[in-house]
Amino acid sequence: MDLANFFIQLLNSVQYGLLLFMLAAGLTLIFGIMGVVNLAHGSFYMLGAYLAWSLSALFGSLSLAIIGGAALSVLFGLALEWLLFRHFYERDHLDQVLLTFGLIYIFEELRSIVWGDDVHGVPIPELLSASIPLTDNLSYPVYRLFMSGVCLALAAGLYFLISKTRLGMKIRAGAFNRDMAEALGVNIKLIHAVVFALGVGLAAVAGMVAAPVASVYPNMGSQVLIMCFVVVVIGGIGSVRGALIAALLVGLVDTFGKVLLPQVAGMLVYILMAAVLLYKPEGLFKQ
Amino acid sequence: MTQANMEILPRGVQVALFLGLAALLAFPFAGTEFYTEMVTRMMIMAIFAMSLDLLQGVTGLVSLGHAAYFGLAGYALAFLTPQGEAVSLWWTLPVAVLGSGLAALIIGFFVVRTRGIYFIMVTMAFAQMVFFLFFDNKALGGSDGLYINFRPSAALFGWVPFDLDGKRTLYYFTLAAMLLVYAFLRRLLWSPFGRALAGIRVNEHRMRAMGFYTFGYKLTAFTLAGGLAGLAGYLWGTQTGYINPELMGFQMSAHTIMMVVLGGMGNIAGAMVGAFTFEYLLHVFKDLPQVGSVNLGKHWQLWMGLFIVLLVTFAPRGLLGLAERFGKRGMDKENQDE
Repeated sequence: MDLANFFIQLLNSVQYGLLLFMLAAGLTLIFGIMGVVNLAHGSFYMLGAYLAWSLSALFGSLSLAIIGGAALSVLFGLALEWLLFRHFYERDHLDQVLLTFGLIYIFEELRSIVWGDDVHGVPIPELLSASIPLTDNLSYPVYRLFMSGVCLALAAGLYFLISKTRLGMKIRAGAFNRDMAEALGVNIKLIHAVVFALGVGLAAVAGMVAAPVASVYPNMGSQVLIMCFVVVVIGGIGSVRGALIAALLVGLVDTFGKVLLPQVAGMLVYILMAAVLLYKPEGLFKQ
Repeated sequence: MTQANMEILPRGVQVALFLGLAALLAFPFAGTEFYTEMVTRMMIMAIFAMSLDLLQGVTGLVSLGHAAYFGLAGYALAFLTPQGEAVSLWWTLPVAVLGSGLAALIIGFFVVRTRGIYFIMVTMAFAQMVFFLFFDNKALGGSDGLYINFRPSAALFGWVPFDLDGKRTLYYFTLAAMLLVYAFLRRLLWSPFGRALAGIRVNEHRMRAMGFYTFGYKLTAFTLAGGLAGLAGYLWGTQTGYINPELMGFQMSAHTIMMVVLGGMGNIAGAMVGAFTFEYLLHVFKDLPQVGSVNLGKHWQLWMGLFIVLLVTFAPRGLLGLAERFGKRGMDKENQDE
């Protein structure tokens, strides 16, 4: 592998890692703050991708589609939280597993009824369709840099929201001690709804920005979900910082694994996870 | 906790189980070949579900990767069976079961150290690792899977006590296996080992404080459950003659969890009842008719999903939980009458 190729793979792994982070952040927040394990998180990623496909055809613009899609998915998250999830905060993890597994089936079939079972491509906007030449025969697509940019901006926004704002303080207080926070006048129900909708929105935006590169297809959520689990386990449940570092690590191992050791590439991230667990059973950054 | 704690079965349920057993014994003479095969598959899934209940209901460990051990034994049978002839049942069955148990022991060493939500995620991730090992490697069958052209042979030094090619024979062989697993697990449940597992479910810290080496107990349960799942996987490979990575996937594991919950956890019988009910529902949902332009059966996952959501929202303790509740209500009434 020469230097230019190495550089490209490095950029790819960072981009994949950041995408995984957007998904894992929602998963780990929803778990860390509400104690809910959500197997249907991958479905929100799928929802985002299909929204990007439909809305970009409707508006003729991907950026408008992303904004509209983010708004729709946040509304969807609020509705779902109100209708189902809020009844499951105090229940067993097992009940949550079953509920969200049932939801995967429901979402998958609704997707099939609404959008059909074909594979679709989402065109890359013209403005971002160029490539940056690196050597005579290697170049890097601008769109992938745009993806990384969106993910980085949202990660920074998330960091700012949680550690610098008043709402973030309430979120942290609720995660730390729910009863105490409630006694001090924090509206925990509202906080939960907001965090859940935020998680849904992040997953859907990840699906939307990934759509032009990864295309849009049935069952696209399940593989991503399992990768998110790996990221959350490596990073430590509830830790957003852990999720970021673990996501970048997984991105590196997966991308370079596919290039260097294609025979065992599918297993490498799981081996990484096993190694981390052997060393730290609760993940790298347990809260 | 919504976990049922009904290790002693109510009288009504015991009677129902005996009636069910009688029905199973008579079934191949009443049902068509199609239904005989379907019930054989239900019994295989019942073994699989009972093996999970040892973890999920008895010990309180929810494994989202139990299908890995089911699939591994099926693959073991596929690899041990030569292209052109049958292989002996008598050594391949133990090898497949022990192989699955060994895999569970190795993976268990990693996963049993974790607890709660971690355990759920990590078991799923390890199963996915096994899934990709087979999915990515052409030498292991790849995504297409493998065919098992010949059912294992029961011949012993030239004497053939039974022939698994016969649909009824396979049915009764599976029934015998299911009853043996049930008897074994019921016995285990009431042994000091089983009591210790139940203690771990209720309060692991206290068990450790009392001097129990809980890691060892949990790892043993995990290994046993993996081996029994292997028995189910071996039978599955025998019946269908085909094995593929999907059998080890996340969906398969989730279905098994569903079976255990549907029946009612923690008393082994519930897992059996749940497996039969779940497989039957699957059959019903897939068989739904065409209404107008909509093929209801094609969207069976929608009905299954709605069913799961409704069940977990309104009856989290499963069918036996419902039976127990109504039984209690009946009893309360009797007491009032006195």
